[in-house]
Amino acid sequence: MIKYILALRDWIDARFPLMEEWNKHVGQYYAPKNFNFWYYFGVLSMLVLVIQIVTGIWLTMNYKPAADLAFSSVEYIMRDVEWGWWIRYMHSTGASAFFIVVYLHMYRAMLYGSYKKPRELVWLIGMLIYFTLMGEAFFGYLLPWGQMSYWGAQVIISLFGALPIIGDDLSLWIRGDFVVSDVTLNRFFALHVIALPLVLCGLVVAHILALHEVGSNNPDGIEIKEHKDENGIPLDGIPFHPYYTVKDTVGVVIFMILFVSVVFFWPEMNGYFLEHANFVPADPLKTPEHIAPVWYFTPFYAILRAVPDQLGGVIAMGLATVLFCFLPWLDRSKVKSIRYRGTKYKLALTAFTISFVALGWLGMQPATPFFTMLARGFSVIYFLFFLLMPFYTSTDNDKPVPDRVRV
Amino acid sequence: MSADGIDINRRRFLTTTASVAGGAGAVATSLPFIATMTPSAKTRAIGAPVEVEIGDLQPGQLRIAQWQGKPVWILRRSDSSLGTIAEQDDVVADPESEREQQPDYAKNEYRSIKPEYLIVLGLCTHLGCSPTYVSRDQASNHNLGSEWKGGFFCPCHGSRFDLAGRVYSGVPAPTNLVVPPHMYLSDTRVLIGDDSGVAS
Repeated sequence: MIKYILALRDWIDARFPLMEEWNKHVGQYYAPKNFNFWYYFGVLSMLVLVIQIVTGIWLTMNYKPAADLAFSSVEYIMRDVEWGWWIRYMHSTGASAFFIVVYLHMYRAMLYGSYKKPRELVWLIGMLIYFTLMGEAFFGYLLPWGQMSYWGAQVIISLFGALPIIGDDLSLWIRGDFVVSDVTLNRFFALHVIALPLVLCGLVVAHILALHEVGSNNPDGIEIKEHKDENGIPLDGIPFHPYYTVKDTVGVVIFMILFVSVVFFWPEMNGYFLEHANFVPADPLKTPEHIAPVWYFTPFYAILRAVPDQLGGVIAMGLATVLFCFLPWLDRSKVKSIRYRGTKYKLALTAFTISFVALGWLGMQPATPFFTMLARGFSVIYFLFFLLMPFYTSTDNDKPVPDRVRV
Repeated sequence: MSADGIDINRRRFLTTTASVAGGAGAVATSLPFIATMTPSAKTRAIGAPVEVEIGDLQPGQLRIAQWQGKPVWILRRSDSSLGTIAEQDDVVADPESEREQQPDYAKNEYRSIKPEYLIVLGLCTHLGCSPTYVSRDQASNHNLGSEWKGGFFCPCHGSRFDLAGRVYSGVPAPTNLVVPPHMYLSDTRVLIGDDSGVAS
């Protein structure tokens, strides 16, 4: 039996680089041997992408992208379609899970300097994935056609209307109508189920290709390719398969236990994953009393509200997301990992982390004068983390970095 | 002429012209894709004017009509609330309605044809949420303070407007609420979306 399988493999290899690619990206891809907990979130992001694509395809079998049918078709999926509630809760929980694992994946890069030379392009492609994901989440959120869907889309599209000169025409072009309407819903459906998923998959492939070209970083921030044995294999590297496939499988199992627990027991997550107001059908005449985006956008939303000027707020919000792209060049320290970095970066990263979480919380609260003042303070810290980075990283008291990784 | 009989200049010229022509073709091809996302003929046709009956509105009462899919507010203001509007001149951003947010016939102290009736689009000029009408008595429900004379409060980003739809200073919304084109067909009927024949 095994003889025939090997013969089939050889037959394919003579026509397609099957084993060559397998070895390059899995079987003989040498990753540092000191990966820790933080290195789960890349593979988990891919897992969630698969969950979203599969459950998304099944949702489209019953969902209707029309203003007068969308809300009731979602309720139909929830109540009448066999296991429809499960498919839908997998998808809605997957959306939040996607951002949880992606934020942790990005934070890992900030802890261990993974965005630094030679991995700038890995980071930039990753940022493109993040922006595409934000678009994907935004388009998808309109589809249930609830109150939050409707007014959330109205606010976000109006952000483009704040741009000088082209603003009004641009927001009209995005909506395809004078207000968010059936036309808008229909095109958002097209973008959500076809356009952006295709872009997302292509970018994920590019992200991994770029990573495998330069090799993975690690918690010590040491280039393992600088110490190789006589066969050219990094001394501190181990093949991705079987070592990390096995390790990742454990992570996937634990993640799925947590994930399905949410799906079965807390699918709305007390309004954080599925907002309460979205159980009311869209009403173009009435904005809900308290409107806030889903949790993964709230840090940027808090920054938008903190600026007392329309265009300024939109620019600040855009900048808050785009600034991450410049990290490889803003960071002037030679040291990658937080383990060997000086006090200044550690303090700056701590202040940034607190600000990001605080802004995320403030973005869900009503815009009272006190909360607005708090949001302004945290926004300033948020931006100073990036803008002062060249100064505090170039004068930091970094520690000496060892030659080889410690395990 | 190179040694192999290949004319490099000729090859470069042909490559360049082919690239330019192909690039222009690609740009031209993108135009229909962009155009198909602009409002269709059907969408543009839906903006027909609407007639609203206002005879039964009580002082202080708000009616919401729909025009072009947008909420249109018709608020009947009492004489006492009209008196508070001039008091707000110092705290609103554009007291004289200098910016083009209304037809000329509504560019006046009360931003309306008849002082009694305020007719504005119920969409915040910040990011398009529909603000809430908050009378003077309800101010405490929205933390608007004892100075609140009645007006509109946007729940999204905290913008505030007075009873003439004028935006207060220091809030995110940049301009006053928009007064749509409208005209009175009789004392109790108003047409929203059309003011043809009215001297502007």
